[in-house]
Amino acid sequence: MLWGNRTAALPKNFKQDSWITTVLTSRWLKQYGIPGKLVVVEGIDGSGKSTQLRLLEKWLQFNGRNVFRTEWNSSKLVKSVTSKGKKQANLTPVTFSLLHATDFADRFERNVMPLLRAGYFVLADRYVYTAYARDVTRGCNPAWVRKVYDFALKPDIAYYFQVPIDVSMSRILSGRPKIKYYEAGMDLKLSDDIYESYRIFQSRLKQQYDSMVNRENFVVIDATKTITEQQKTMRRIFEEQLADDIVSGEDT
Amino acid sequence: MSHASRWYGKSGAMPYLSDTDILGNLIVIEGPDASGRSTQIELLTAKLEAAGFAVLNTGLKRSDLVGTGILMAKQHIALGKRTVALYYAADFADQLEQKIIPALRSGYVVLADRYIYTLMARNTVRGIRRNWSYDLYNFALVPDMVFYLDVDPLKLVHRVFKKHQQLDYYESGADMRLSEDMFESFVLYQQRMAQEFEVLKKKYGLVSVDGNQSIKDVYKMLGDHILKYLGDKK
Repeated sequence: MLWGNRTAALPKNFKQDSWITTVLTSRWLKQYGIPGKLVVVEGIDGSGKSTQLRLLEKWLQFNGRNVFRTEWNSSKLVKSVTSKGKKQANLTPVTFSLLHATDFADRFERNVMPLLRAGYFVLADRYVYTAYARDVTRGCNPAWVRKVYDFALKPDIAYYFQVPIDVSMSRILSGRPKIKYYEAGMDLKLSDDIYESYRIFQSRLKQQYDSMVNRENFVVIDATKTITEQQKTMRRIFEEQLADDIVSGEDT
Repeated sequence: MSHASRWYGKSGAMPYLSDTDILGNLIVIEGPDASGRSTQIELLTAKLEAAGFAVLNTGLKRSDLVGTGILMAKQHIALGKRTVALYYAADFADQLEQKIIPALRSGYVVLADRYIYTLMARNTVRGIRRNWSYDLYNFALVPDMVFYLDVDPLKLVHRVFKKHQQLDYYESGADMRLSEDMFESFVLYQQRMAQEFEVLKKKYGLVSVDGNQSIKDVYKMLGDHILKYLGDKK
């Protein structure tokens, strides 16, 4: 798979005071590369990934790091368009996929890449793997979906919050919330009952995620554990994998 | 009857579309702004209808779903090249599946005012890898015929002035900052697009038509070709 190239962290001769003068040359910019770190969380609805990512964000902020968090399908620009189409309930799988890709591209070009180049920790609540899972479940060609997203940067860590379907469903459905048409995968005609459709759809997404674990090098988190336990594991792995770049100063 | 070979993607690209039964014919007219595409499509539609064919016209930027969104977004917000590319792809996909494919299923002749090729060329001149665009659009249906109206960029600029009295921002590639001068920017941009279409002609077998000729001459040439093709098929 083609992922964007990236070079290692800061150049060795990096000096804070020479920033203004050197930043202006593009050669230097290339050498500077992408010093920021990209961390993503994935998992089906009700896996608790968003809660965990927010806690990670608080921890990094508390330690004085520059952090930016971004959520799937949240570009203001694309939102008006997608919600219009979703209300009509007539989006075909390819169109649905491409609208989400547009949203992703807008956030990627506008926020994610510039902030990574500026040295931020970028935390993504869902990333390309959500598209891989959903679009393929909807009937898109897996190779095609991966090619559409091949401009995206490979994350430094991709956490997958793995949870049995019964657990996630009871978390979500305990309040009998109103579930939206596409959220429930109603367009797949799995069942006329929206809750049953939702359940089948989420099970299929789980299958997709599970099949990606090795190929995409997911860090699997057992999402049946307590929130505190999960967060502890998440932070430990974070420190292990990004040790040179991160919390070394303040936390030890 | 399966038409797997009618899709650009190997194996039909989209599993859920591969069994689509296509009875009609898809004919595409490509060419730059003011090259005379819409005039030709109007004339050809009348000719084909007179010959007894049911005809549907489609074009880019006409989807109910995202059409107006694209225009608004282009005016108000500076978008990245990848975002624009995917936005147009979503719009095209919507039209392909909501309009073009249903019409072809019921046996219409679809006359398309531009198709994936213009979208691909725009991506490439803005610095996106060709292969990414080729792969992106491999869910598209392979047309029966594609004509490209070749017009000299310097001639084109006069036609644009005649048509709109001014140069269009996007068709002049003004977003690419090729030149401070709008006229120069237009010519440079159209030249790059024309160069890119040379690549696309070879790859996708587009038939070049000399668009510098009169409307009547172009019409006669296109009309004869298309009617002969449709006649041979029936």
